[in-house]
Amino acid sequence: MDLSYSDEQKALQEGVERFVREKYVFDTRRKIAASERGWLPDNWAQFAELGWLGMSFSEDDGGLGGGALETSILMEQFGKGLVLEPFLPTVVLGGGLLAAGGSAAQKQALLAPMIEGKKQFALAWLERQSRYNLADVSLKATKEGAGWSLSGHKGVVYNAASADTIFVLARTSGGARDEKGLTLFAVDGKAKGLSRRDYPTQDSLRASELTLDKVSVGADAVVGAVDGAFPLVEGTVDRAIVALCAEAVGCMDAINAATLEYIKTRKQFGVPIGKFQVLQHRMVDCFTNAQEARSMALMAALKIDDADATVRAKAASGAKVQIGKSGKFCGQSAVQMHGGMGVTDELSVSHYFKRLTMIDLMFGNQQHHLTRYSNLAMAA
Amino acid sequence: MDLAFTPEERAFADEVRAYVRANLPADVRDKVASGKHLTRDDHMRWQQALGRKGWLVYTWPKKHGGPGFTPAQRYIFENVCAEENAPGIVPFGTKMVGPVIYTFASDELKQKHLPSIREGKMWWCQGYSEPGSGSDLASLRTRAERQGDHYVVNGSKTWNTLGHWADWIFCLVRTDPKAKPQEGISFLLIDMKTPGITVKPIVMVDGGHEVNEIFFDNVKVPVTNLVGKEGEGWTYAKFLLANERLGIAAVPQSKRGVEALKDIARAELDGGKPLIENTGFREKIADLELQVTALEYTELRVLSAMAQGDAPGAEASGLKIRGSEIQQRITELTLEAVGEYAAPYLPGLLWQGSNEAPVGPEYAHLAAPRYFNTRKTTIYGGSNEIQKGIISKMVLGL
Amino acid sequence: MKLALDAGHRAFADEVRAFVRANLSPATRAKTVSGRHYDREDHMAWQRALGARGWFAYTWPKKHGGPGWDVTQRFLFENVLAEEGAPRILPFGVKMVGPVIYTFGTDAQKDQFLGPIRDSSVAWCQGYSEPGAGSDLANLRTKAVRDGDHYVVSGQKTWTSFAHWADWMFCLARTDPDAKVQQGISFLLIDMKSPGVTVRPIIMTDGAHHVNDVFLDNVRVPVANRIGEEGAGWTCAKFLLANERLGIAEVAASKRGVRALREIARAEPNAGRTMADDPGFAAGLADLDLQLQALEMSELRALSAMAQGGAPGPEVSTLKIRGSEIQQRIAELAMEAVGEYAQPFQPGLLFHESNDTPVGRDHAPPAAPRYFNMRKTSIYGGTNEIQKNIVSKMVLGL
Repeated sequence: MDLSYSDEQKALQEGVERFVREKYVFDTRRKIAASERGWLPDNWAQFAELGWLGMSFSEDDGGLGGGALETSILMEQFGKGLVLEPFLPTVVLGGGLLAAGGSAAQKQALLAPMIEGKKQFALAWLERQSRYNLADVSLKATKEGAGWSLSGHKGVVYNAASADTIFVLARTSGGARDEKGLTLFAVDGKAKGLSRRDYPTQDSLRASELTLDKVSVGADAVVGAVDGAFPLVEGTVDRAIVALCAEAVGCMDAINAATLEYIKTRKQFGVPIGKFQVLQHRMVDCFTNAQEARSMALMAALKIDDADATVRAKAASGAKVQIGKSGKFCGQSAVQMHGGMGVTDELSVSHYFKRLTMIDLMFGNQQHHLTRYSNLAMAA
Repeated sequence: MDLAFTPEERAFADEVRAYVRANLPADVRDKVASGKHLTRDDHMRWQQALGRKGWLVYTWPKKHGGPGFTPAQRYIFENVCAEENAPGIVPFGTKMVGPVIYTFASDELKQKHLPSIREGKMWWCQGYSEPGSGSDLASLRTRAERQGDHYVVNGSKTWNTLGHWADWIFCLVRTDPKAKPQEGISFLLIDMKTPGITVKPIVMVDGGHEVNEIFFDNVKVPVTNLVGKEGEGWTYAKFLLANERLGIAAVPQSKRGVEALKDIARAELDGGKPLIENTGFREKIADLELQVTALEYTELRVLSAMAQGDAPGAEASGLKIRGSEIQQRITELTLEAVGEYAAPYLPGLLWQGSNEAPVGPEYAHLAAPRYFNTRKTTIYGGSNEIQKGIISKMVLGL
Repeated sequence: MKLALDAGHRAFADEVRAFVRANLSPATRAKTVSGRHYDREDHMAWQRALGARGWFAYTWPKKHGGPGWDVTQRFLFENVLAEEGAPRILPFGVKMVGPVIYTFGTDAQKDQFLGPIRDSSVAWCQGYSEPGAGSDLANLRTKAVRDGDHYVVSGQKTWTSFAHWADWMFCLARTDPDAKVQQGISFLLIDMKSPGVTVRPIIMTDGAHHVNDVFLDNVRVPVANRIGEEGAGWTCAKFLLANERLGIAEVAASKRGVRALREIARAEPNAGRTMADDPGFAAGLADLDLQLQALEMSELRALSAMAQGGAPGPEVSTLKIRGSEIQQRIAELAMEAVGEYAQPFQPGLLFHESNDTPVGRDHAPPAAPRYFNMRKTSIYGGTNEIQKNIVSKMVLGL
């Protein structure tokens, strides 16, 4: 057992910290968020150049041989700066799916150029009725010659507008919500029959509704096994959850730091409001919540590669519960302690609050993961 | 003591319901039902409809032109209006400055302002908080200097709700900078069309514009617009705040909110079944509903004590605390019910009334903005920390 | 960074487990499992066994006779002991006064006291709190007046855990009444057999006798029994409290508690199935389990930082806060799981070797007493409110 970073990991942390400090000043971020694409290609090119896009992939796959911990180091700092570049959909989800389930040819055609910064990805799993159930999929893929034809709807697909390839989870057999009978397809972002409705999200990211109307793909578009995509997608989403948890830890540190600074300087009744014990104790509770979130995010990053699938699932769900709880507490408390300023668009706190709120909703909220964890723990 | 309504009270409820159904414009009702934002005109049409019936100032006593409702009638009126999806009554004229005017102001001011408030013809707003004076309201610095028949007002107010729609503002100003903080304050009524007033929007966390900063640059206000005595403004302000805290619990709105939440939980799916069948979620709604019930009965107890002649005391602070927390919890659970479909942000639909179709159901895109926006309820009207300070001091004697 | 254990550590864990199984009395173990109270000999016999193996002072560095274990070994040791049902180590000698003596004591004091602490041949208790000095510890009034080679100590200590079992007490006493509150305090070691020492039981809400009042009436204490300089007692006290807060999180014991709670839930009937099948209860239990995992990781992070050379800092206070809340929550959920059968009060079963049979299941009699008793955890060792003040001041700079 050892809980200290290696020298390489420390260097990575310092590097990404510097990037956020220099490139993600709050006003710069506001401009990036308002741009049409919603993120900056120059920043992405820099990610590629610094090796961040390949950081967590094996050397065989053209990466630098890091793992979940390296992803977490990056994501935590991205959280501090509310970084908008689509690292999660492209690298963690898309890249993760390819690394875990892609054929040699798919890795060659998609993963390698992604690591070089030349390809963007998205994962389309959610449908209107799915809530947080990854198997609640009704978009159908039917055999069409040697290939497949996909028809149906996908919702809240992050980064779809920028994606060169969209990974679409489709039902190829079985009934609604069966885990068996799901197949993952790599679909060209500009495929015929694919239409999008693009929109910004509450936290200034970009997402889309997708409609697939007889989208034709070849047999080589299948990622992993036909009818067998569920474990691949579940495993990758669990890894994305761990990454999100690290991002949330960064958000919490930042929002707590902003709040602490505010209550030290804002004066009412002739003293800084941080002199009032009721605010001091609430601030301590924020601090404690962030500590716990950090602990659980770290635990999850260290366990997500465990050989035992139950250990992996419990780690991801356990951390997500903590992040939901702590994120809500820190976010709501920060707004409250900022008073009216906390509910304006003007200060960064409201933006961290929005991001933390949306992180709870992504891939299953606190309640969903508590139930998932509870079922796994009781079965053990 | 009796929880049941008398036949007269039941007849009154029917009368209110019939009136609301006949006079609430359908487009306004639909907007309220689906949680959309209202325009100034939407509010005015409904308030004037109530004004015609004499019910807009339903909390006022008869001698000032109110209907003189009993506590039971008030309760019925508020609940029926909420059930029928009527907009909440904008409080600045009817519930805030109105009672201050009829309690403390000159006959001249009463004659000038009370009729237009009763009829819903004037839009009022509140000039209390300042950039440096939030929770510590008495430290306000907006200065009113006497020059002949006028005060000359300089300074700025913030967190001014809907001032961009207002005809008049009631303001706390400092008339004596040398007196103790709470003693040099006066209560002024100012016409928003007076030269020197600038209204600057503040954009909120949900992207909306409902509050403003207001700047006063040598604004000339006739001395006759002073309410009561110079230097007594703090007394009137406290009177107003105590009244405000009562209505601020928003119980009827929260009851409607819980019902709307249940509808959403019935419409949303979870594992192929309605979300409301999810035990965990259903229990959260049940818990919330019980909190609303506890709040409602506490408010009824306070109202009943007031009917016996007691003024709304510091207990009203408790209503504000719980009421605001409940409002937040409704939005929190609504957001939870909507799930990932809360993510799309559609400002056109939200703020400009555009015709684009929502992503997912209508309620989905409103869920997150409303959750973000409702964080204000534990901050405004005296933050909940301040309310607890009041209870601790005034009720518990700590 | 990794969580996995290497082969050496796995072998160490096996060695500890084998030792516990061979040396822990089955009767003592049975008391742990059923949640009954221990007597003095349960603790002392077990601690002497550890002492004989050189493991009792397991947190001490090698040069003071500890085993000099790394963070992982300590972690494994605590966890294996808890898993195997060993009583918790009484901290007063080995975790509290021992480190104070080897850090601040003279060589003569080290020679006299450290050996008997290491082998647990002597039991210690802590004389800190007084009737008028609880959270405000520095306000203590027990005075020690110099008389030649002795101090004459008079005053009263309270909440003294296991004073009725103790051979020695370490004590804060005021040696200079004219100095500032924190500066006139000295740290004294008092033989409990000294004339003038009287111990009076305080019976707790669950009927248990753990704590006492200790009256000191002109007790003569050799000056040689003072640790550190006269007036430097507060430094020793703060050092001790920081150490105490680390162990006080009781992670290993709480892990056993959560496992036991899961067994109780599986055994308790509910609607034809068990409490473990009740989604609400199961969710509560899962949440608790996760809180404990977060606490454990936080403690490991703190220990790991200490291993890199850092001293336990004030952020350790947050571990005490959460640790105590978790202990309370375990007791709360156990009582909830037991339900109505928590009501029978069977002190004979809890405190004595009585042959009384439990009215409900075996785990039922301790459920309510433990819930009542565990309220102490957020009060002792510095209340959680005091801990928050410490974090607020020392960590956040407020």
